[in-house]
Amino acid sequence: MSAPHALLEARGIGKSFFGISALEDVDFTLQQGEIHALLGENGAGKSTLIKILTGVYRRDRGTIYLEGNEVSPDDVAAAQALGIGTVYQEVNLLENLTVAENLFLGRQPRRFGMIDRRTMRERSRTLLERYGLNIDVDALLSSYSVAFRQIIAIARAVDLSGKVLVLDEPTASLDANEVKGLFTVLRQLREDGVGIVIITHFLDQVYEIADRVTVLRNGRLVGSRAISELPRLDLISMMLGRELQHITRDHQAEPETIDDRGAPSIQFQNYGKKGSVAPFDLDIRPGEVVGIAGLLGSGRSETAFLLFGIDRADSGTATIDGQQVSIASPEAAIANRFGFCPEERKTDGIVGDLSVADNIVLALQAQRGWMRPISSAQKRELADSFIKSLDIRPADRERPIKFLSGGNQQKAILARWLVTEPRLLILDEPTRGIDIGAHAEILKMIERLCAEGMSLVVISSELEELTAVAHRVIVLSDRRHVAELSGRQLTTDGIIRAIAGTGETEAA
Amino acid sequence: MIHARNLPFVTTLAIFVIAYGLCILQFPNMLSTRVIGNLLTDNAFLGIAAVGMTFVILSGGIDLSVGSVIAFTSVFVAVLVGSFGVHPLTAFLAALVISTLFGCLMGAMIRYLMIPPFVVTLAGMFLARGAAYLVSTQSVPITHEFIDTMLGFYIRFPGGGRLTLLAMVMLIVFAVGIIVASRTRFGANVYAIGGNIQSAELMGVPVGATTIRIYALSGFLSGLAGIVYTLYTSSGYSLATVGVELDAIAAVVIGGTLLTGGVGLIAGTFIGILLQGLIQTYIVFDGTLSSWWTKIVIGILLFVFIVLQRTIIWYSDRRLAVRQLKEV
Ligand SMILES: Nc1ncnc2c1ncn2[C@@H]1O[C@H](COP(=O)(O)OP(=O)(O)OP(=O)(O)O)[C@@H](O)[C@H]1O
Ligand SMILES: [Mg+2]
Repeated sequence: MSAPHALLEARGIGKSFFGISALEDVDFTLQQGEIHALLGENGAGKSTLIKILTGVYRRDRGTIYLEGNEVSPDDVAAAQALGIGTVYQEVNLLENLTVAENLFLGRQPRRFGMIDRRTMRERSRTLLERYGLNIDVDALLSSYSVAFRQIIAIARAVDLSGKVLVLDEPTASLDANEVKGLFTVLRQLREDGVGIVIITHFLDQVYEIADRVTVLRNGRLVGSRAISELPRLDLISMMLGRELQHITRDHQAEPETIDDRGAPSIQFQNYGKKGSVAPFDLDIRPGEVVGIAGLLGSGRSETAFLLFGIDRADSGTATIDGQQVSIASPEAAIANRFGFCPEERKTDGIVGDLSVADNIVLALQAQRGWMRPISSAQKRELADSFIKSLDIRPADRERPIKFLSGGNQQKAILARWLVTEPRLLILDEPTRGIDIGAHAEILKMIERLCAEGMSLVVISSELEELTAVAHRVIVLSDRRHVAELSGRQLTTDGIIRAIAGTGETEAA
Repeated sequence: MIHARNLPFVTTLAIFVIAYGLCILQFPNMLSTRVIGNLLTDNAFLGIAAVGMTFVILSGGIDLSVGSVIAFTSVFVAVLVGSFGVHPLTAFLAALVISTLFGCLMGAMIRYLMIPPFVVTLAGMFLARGAAYLVSTQSVPITHEFIDTMLGFYIRFPGGGRLTLLAMVMLIVFAVGIIVASRTRFGANVYAIGGNIQSAELMGVPVGATTIRIYALSGFLSGLAGIVYTLYTSSGYSLATVGVELDAIAAVVIGGTLLTGGVGLIAGTFIGILLQGLIQTYIVFDGTLSSWWTKIVIGILLFVFIVLQRTIIWYSDRRLAVRQLKEV
């Protein structure tokens, strides 16, 4: 061959798990200085392909070339030695080590054969500065939030990727500012000639940063195109193999006065906690979807913590159906039939060795008490119905959940709360990491549950999602509820204006 | 700054200092260098084995074969030297090679056959004990000029105490252990595997090689402990050192290492050994207490420490939650 070699090239990759095929005859080509998005539905095989390229899984078939030479990394260390750095979907860092130890694990700077802690510390600081992170690198990783950990994992992978950088859903727990910071770094790396593979379900981000996309569906290659020649709708049908049905609430047609939807059944008055969220009023009617918008750090999650009793309110009252209640703990909240699906479910939620069905009925079983077990027939029925309605794939309720793809695990966690039929369900970032097809399914499901009388509080950074599902959106800034939008005002622009109108200083 | 993860170590250290203080108040003689020298010599073999055990537990594993390997090594060396007239150094070397290979083999089974360490090392325990019986069921006395010279070598403390060669070996093993755990890549990998083996693997830690090395190290140190034990008792006996692995585990846990792996210090194990030695010494000084009190006190200490560790973990988790909220 005289033509210049691609940086990384995979030909005819095949892989099956326990006889079930996950990848079949997939080709993938990454050029030098290219940002290449790898797209597909949940369970399409994206993470599996990445793991094969980086030595985590052994492939059944196919060949991998790096700069024209055949390579076959046996483990992650071998891939790293070849100059391939990866952040896997399950953020892979160690909580029992410090930030600096995590950043330099396996490649610690040494003097006279001994780890040179001082140099390690200094280099860690400089490394993180690039991402605007000024933190104590000697603190244990466990003392930092998921978003910080994600940035630390990325910083580590970037630092050890001489040639290829692979990021599997790196932006799933980052806010807009952090994503911007990450993209600046990626562009810089592209200038330097690094080839970057990025997996994401945010199509906006794909169009913002990627040069090329490769789409997988059901373990097969659908195609690979330059992003500039690929309109969004074509990309979506490549991913789904069908057209996407959009759900949007028609706010114009809705009654202007919210009172038309009946009396509020859950009311929070002057509810707040010092240092967390300033006192606010919130009335929630049966069947209503209340959205909460605001920048990261504006008090969104704190509001949810208050509503669910994780944080104890130090002012105000909560009333349900006219009765004053005390929601001082999550147990009390659950007793009042509240449900809460937190943002960190990706790391904490699943019990890997239990089956999908067991994971789905977990919260229901806890709610009923362990003395009254759910019969296996009932469990089967519940699991099957949610596997169907949320399109969890593979549709096998007995499979240990750890064998499911990341997005499908997340759907199972969502099902876990839906199964309990709460009167008020609080969802923090419900659709992160979930593909656009399933996203639409989940929105449909939310719609149906609300029609049956469930109330919903949705926290989301995706404004389209909020405007699509919410009847009302509360905008937070600086830990205060600053605006409430409904009816005609409820547009993405409206929300952005409300956030910007008061929260200019927030961004830092 | 004290990390939450080092809190158990600091607590153990404090308990040791207080306990020692109380002992001295009652028996001022216990401060003498003589007592300290004896304490170190008496616990030398246990301390050496406990260093290996600390690495194993830090990686999230367990090694139940320690006591049997010590017994095997001691009989093996005693028979080679006593009955076959082999030079002690040659016998030591052979014993160390065998025990290290034995550890390697257990590590490889744990890693590649994916059998839990508890099961593999339990089998290893029976195997090594059986092999010891095969070599000899009698207590084999051992005398050799070279060994006498070794035993005659010591550093005299002011006050009449002696730092024997055996105690020196233990102190060196601890010193090297501390450096290996805290300042080498191998040590960092041990902590990583103990923290979360899947994550460690995805971060490029060579899990297979490290696991094998950990158990090889434990095997080597058990062999060394066996040699020290042989010198200490001047004999080899296949029925000796039954359950020493449990004493070692106790020292490791009392020293603040989490049984779940990933958190702990070699220095903590040293304090754990000293604390056990202190209890024994106290009982000797008292004269009226049965030696079984050692076991009882160690049992109580273990309970206290496990509860303490739980509390610390619970507390730091809570603090963490609060801190994360503030940070967001
Ligand atoms: N270790 C495993 N054992 C068994 N099956 C697996 C394993 N890993 C993945 N699979 C299966 O392979 C298929 C592809 O999974 P993969 O994780 O690659 O999906 P993905 O495209 O990354 O999806 P997502 O967007 O949800 O992360 C899925 O059907 C999954 O259940
Ligand atoms: Mg994936």
